[in-house]
Amino acid sequence: MNKQAELIKEISGVNPLKCMKCGKCSASCPSYNEMDIKPHQFVSYVQNEDIEALTASKSLYKCLSCFACVERCPRGVKPGKLIDAARQVVIRQRGQEYLSPDEVPELLDEETPQQLLMSAFRKYRR
Amino acid sequence: MQRIGVFVCHCGSNIAATVDVKKVVEMALKEQGVVHAEDYPYMCSEAGQSRIGEAIAQKGLTGIVVCSCSPRMHEATFRKAAERYGLNPYMVEIANIREHCSWIHKDMAEATEKATILMRAAVAKVHLNAPLQAGESMVTKRALVIGGGIAGIQTAIDIADAGYKVDIVEKTPSIGGRMSQLDKTFPTLDCSACILTPKMVEAAAHENITIHTYSEVEKVSGFVGNFTVDIRKKARMVDIDKCTGCGVCQEKCPSKKTPNEFNRGLNNRSAIYTPFAQAIPNVPVIDTTACIKFKTGKCGVCQKVCQAGAIDYTQQDEIITENYGAIVVATGFDTIKLDKYGEYAYGQSKDVITSLELERVMNAAGPTKGHLERLSDGKAPKEIVFIQCVGSRCSDDRGKPYCSKICCMYTAKHAMLIRDKYPDTNVTVFYIDVRTPGKNFDEFYRRAVEDYGVNYIKGQVGKVIPQADGSLLVQGVDLLDQKQILKKADMVVLATAIEPNPDVRKIATMLTASIDTNNFLTEAHPKLRPVESPTAGVFLSGVRQGPKDIPETVAQAGAAAVKVIGLLAKDKLKTNPCTAKSDELLCNGCSQCANVCPYGAISYETKLINDHGIREDRRVAVVNSALCQGCGACTVTCPSGAMDLQGFSNRQILAEVDAICR
Amino acid sequence: MSMNTEFRPTIVAFCCNWCSYAGADLAGSSRLAYPADVKIIRVPCSCRVNPMFILRAFEKGADGVILCGCHPGDCHYSTGNYYARRRMTLLFSMLDYLGVENGRTRVEWVSAAEGVKFSETMNSFVEKIRSLGPNVRLGDLRCKD
Repeated sequence: MNKQAELIKEISGVNPLKCMKCGKCSASCPSYNEMDIKPHQFVSYVQNEDIEALTASKSLYKCLSCFACVERCPRGVKPGKLIDAARQVVIRQRGQEYLSPDEVPELLDEETPQQLLMSAFRKYRR
Repeated sequence: MQRIGVFVCHCGSNIAATVDVKKVVEMALKEQGVVHAEDYPYMCSEAGQSRIGEAIAQKGLTGIVVCSCSPRMHEATFRKAAERYGLNPYMVEIANIREHCSWIHKDMAEATEKATILMRAAVAKVHLNAPLQAGESMVTKRALVIGGGIAGIQTAIDIADAGYKVDIVEKTPSIGGRMSQLDKTFPTLDCSACILTPKMVEAAAHENITIHTYSEVEKVSGFVGNFTVDIRKKARMVDIDKCTGCGVCQEKCPSKKTPNEFNRGLNNRSAIYTPFAQAIPNVPVIDTTACIKFKTGKCGVCQKVCQAGAIDYTQQDEIITENYGAIVVATGFDTIKLDKYGEYAYGQSKDVITSLELERVMNAAGPTKGHLERLSDGKAPKEIVFIQCVGSRCSDDRGKPYCSKICCMYTAKHAMLIRDKYPDTNVTVFYIDVRTPGKNFDEFYRRAVEDYGVNYIKGQVGKVIPQADGSLLVQGVDLLDQKQILKKADMVVLATAIEPNPDVRKIATMLTASIDTNNFLTEAHPKLRPVESPTAGVFLSGVRQGPKDIPETVAQAGAAAVKVIGLLAKDKLKTNPCTAKSDELLCNGCSQCANVCPYGAISYETKLINDHGIREDRRVAVVNSALCQGCGACTVTCPSGAMDLQGFSNRQILAEVDAICR
Repeated sequence: MSMNTEFRPTIVAFCCNWCSYAGADLAGSSRLAYPADVKIIRVPCSCRVNPMFILRAFEKGADGVILCGCHPGDCHYSTGNYYARRRMTLLFSMLDYLGVENGRTRVEWVSAAEGVKFSETMNSFVEKIRSLGPNVRLGDLRCKD
């Protein structure tokens, strides 16, 4: 069993086996054309435990965290959460904290979804 | 003292692989009263049953315990066997060591221990069993079919042809159901009305069939062979005997603003209306919520123009009570509500429609007279996108987890018909899987692709965006081509999931028939008794039981009819002898049991009771065993412990409890 | 681990013939495992279960008793499960007063189609009983024969 694949499943809370491969995530994705690994493929990559390719993918930083895929997935697979979890795995590999909890309050904007804020930090402060 | 025989079944390896059957036999022989115990590979086989017979004869058995599968499976088999070999069938008890033991446990020691305990409990119960005699009840030779769609019509015709009376109860003003709304039928493309209407006429003209349209089942009581049903005949406000069906009233009716249910609300109808031209009966009804006469008291146009004098504003709902031997539920389906699927823009744009709405659009009697046109501006669509699995195969609370089964085929049909009639219109189908199991089904789908050039794309649609110019932008994905697609369309058709009609719960509750988590009625057995409900005398027909297409529905309707005929052919039914019985010496006539009895089976008599030498007149409870269904509610209510249930007596159940907790 | 140290509870499950017993059969035919500690007694309806049966079970050493019936409104006998629900509410509060904690008794509605629910219910109930340990509070009532 691949440890990293397990880690991604654990962080995301996603069971990739629930996917019926309908592609609605990719159909909904606004960043689809920018991605090398497409949202629906994320699920297969985790299922096949090919995490190396996943963590090397530039898709991690193209995902807007709009969660359209999470919202519309008919099977509750939530590919967006997988992508988010893969990002976190990358960060943990580097072993660095890019943001201290003290910095968070002043960066908060009431209008901004917190999820977006968190995702943005994981993406851009590399 | 009973002489008990214990028979342990291997069920091939189903039981023997996890339960040490020899050990169970060995333990059985240690039980008090057990004079014989053996194991056999298939106890339910002819050979297995004859071994029981031999043991009864040789060892003089008075009670039998069979350790095997669920009593729901083979209790009847072993009871019959016991009877054949001269033992009262109610001296047989089953210890369920398959479903409740070997199939769910892996550890042999553990499973064997549990099987032994279950065997002991059954032995303890048999010790207290008493021979029971089944009573008899008469069968009313008349059937009720709820729902007048193709399923109900076919079931009714088949039963009626066998010579039994049948009543159809249909809640809308006409029989015909969902099939009457369809334009063409797959895979032969024959016109739906052309094949349905003759059936409707046949049912209406049949001497054995009575049709109650615009009626609903109000109350059901009784049991198999003896149901009593109240049917509410809603007031039509039109005398069904006087009306000639000329249609003048509908033409002249000034209130024409009510959404036409038959056309899925795509156009309007008058307040007095027949749902469609071939309606049976061809007698209109007045929708009193829309009628000006009923709302303001002023109008009465229909009454003035009716030459036959059929309009009667004073009609009231009428409740008729009928007796039936069997009830068939054939209440059909509807498409799900799409308000949770905002991404498809259904409701935002008139040009996003469901497939059932497209059926009406393509039908010559529909809102567009059969011309394929956009409902927003009446223009002919040049690009049409079909989206499959809208609400089907959804595990979230927006849709249904099951496959609706019919969508792949009707979408291929729609696509093919459009390409055939309007060759310059492009048709694209977004699909997850194309499922076409059925005779000539896959060939049909391939024809749509190969001969008619329908563009099938494997992938889903993420969203449909209405554009300022009135067109629709469809954002989807082609999973094989690995491309996101932005497609401009003039019309989007959603293959909407189907669900059982929403009145399902009400009817299921009335019939005490169980329904599953998706509101489909459950079968008595999913494979071997697919048209029977677990409730005796109630049968299932059509989509009420699960998604199915027309040929399957008709086949199932026929199967349900055969089961009904088999029931009605009997003059008498054996009744369950496991009924309540009151001990007259203990009864104090308090009436509490009668209050909880759901069947009104308990009455009171004043009897001369000899209570240990004291002779006096006492008011005591008497159970009518023909009405008692053996639920046992009264036994627990009885404060003096006079009431007991035969076959499940207090002492028997306590003996089981003791055996398990020993 | 020796068998002596592991607590193996005795659990009695009363299941109505029409829904829950069939649900248990479905759990079996779907091979959905639950602990062997659960022993099922078939009754025609949940309303057949006399509080006396449950008291007797605890008296004889049961560690937990669960009563399963059809979902409200789906009772084969129309109203039986409503009676059962009312009776059990009273009985369980009395048992709690006597020291048989509410966790040891449960009423659950399981339909004939809910094999998964049956198995899950039994698993969680057994887990609960294991966490509560052996039922000792009715020891003085226990038969001394």
